[in-house]
Amino acid sequence: MERLRLATIWLGGCSGCHMSFLDLDEWLFELAQHIDLVYSPLADVKEYPEHVDVALVEGAVANEDNLHLIRQVRERTRLLVAFGDCAVTGNVTALRNPLGAPEALLHTIYVERAEIAGRMPHAPGIVPRLLDKVYPVHKIVPVDVYLPGCPPPAPRIRALLEQIIAGGDIRLTGRDMIKFG
Amino acid sequence: MAARTFTINDQLISAREGETILQAAREHGIFIPTLCYLDGVSAVGACRLCLVEIEGSRMLRPACVTPVVEEMVVRTDTERLREYRRMIIELLFAERNHICAVCVANGHCELQDLAIAVGMDHVRFDYAFPRCDVDISHPLFGIDHNRCVLCTRCVRVCDEVEGVHTWDVAGRGADARVITDMRQPWGEARTCTSCGKCVLACPTGAIFRRGATVGEMERDRNKIAYIVAAREQRW
Repeated sequence: MERLRLATIWLGGCSGCHMSFLDLDEWLFELAQHIDLVYSPLADVKEYPEHVDVALVEGAVANEDNLHLIRQVRERTRLLVAFGDCAVTGNVTALRNPLGAPEALLHTIYVERAEIAGRMPHAPGIVPRLLDKVYPVHKIVPVDVYLPGCPPPAPRIRALLEQIIAGGDIRLTGRDMIKFG
Repeated sequence: MAARTFTINDQLISAREGETILQAAREHGIFIPTLCYLDGVSAVGACRLCLVEIEGSRMLRPACVTPVVEEMVVRTDTERLREYRRMIIELLFAERNHICAVCVANGHCELQDLAIAVGMDHVRFDYAFPRCDVDISHPLFGIDHNRCVLCTRCVRVCDEVEGVHTWDVAGRGADARVITDMRQPWGEARTCTSCGKCVLACPTGAIFRRGATVGEMERDRNKIAYIVAAREQRW
């Protein structure tokens, strides 16, 4: 059987979804029989490759780097999975949205509230600029599968990956698969 | 009391005169989703989740306030109703800032349960991300408007069961908010008896006991109906 080219992406999130992925424990050995991990924060790959079969996208689209990467991911991936609540809804990453423009927020946090030598973070090319708002992934690019959860529990991730490996339609229903939070 | 015979989803049902479609359906184990409905207080048909199709009528009817009629033919689970219900739930999630992961009601929330029941794996509408207040001026309880779905259960239970009418609704459309007394901080609302019935009634994490953290806010909503039943029997 052809091995699936799997990627995992880390956008604006806390990496909790990736931690939950690692919670698959010994099933990761089983998974390794079926996939090649071609891009991931857990692997040292600099450039998102072409012809990826499945991408698990953790995190919301919060800054310019996220925006650039998610567009590249969409172009080069067959099945894009919004992986966890931040990717699906914006979740905790989007808590800043009701508070207004990012510049004002950064000013409050890094200048007004700073105890010593407050200044605005500014490092072009190193620290990416924040977008006006935090967006769930499907507001930026089309998403094929939604896997809610903060984080999605390991058995939920496994159930999805097993469906993907088996081929055919993907169907996620019920508390075990689509409960938020 | 006269009996009424009608059908729900091809099942022949016998109900008492004056009963609503929702009551009759529940007595026969037929599930119709509800959110604003609460046993023990009046039904207002506000959330529209219990809409059903009635043969011969183009309008959808809220099951919680529609009395059964002899030989009426009701459908509770058609493709159209399923799509509308999912849309309603998605709109509720889009309208305020519902962040299950950091909510006191996570795991014990009727909105969260309904999202699962209608198969909501994401929200297709744009989130409004409104700026909402959190009022923790009351010594025992708090209200987080980010999580309020305007079901008005708190308003009804406070008025009809406790009899003080501390809660009401002010504002229109997206600006509508539940308020205490004359839109004062809850802690300064003189009519509030701190009975906690609104805390019991709230379907989400909007009204909570202070000190409860993520996932800790459990409540026994049946207590409202229990209080009402106990009182009716005594009087």
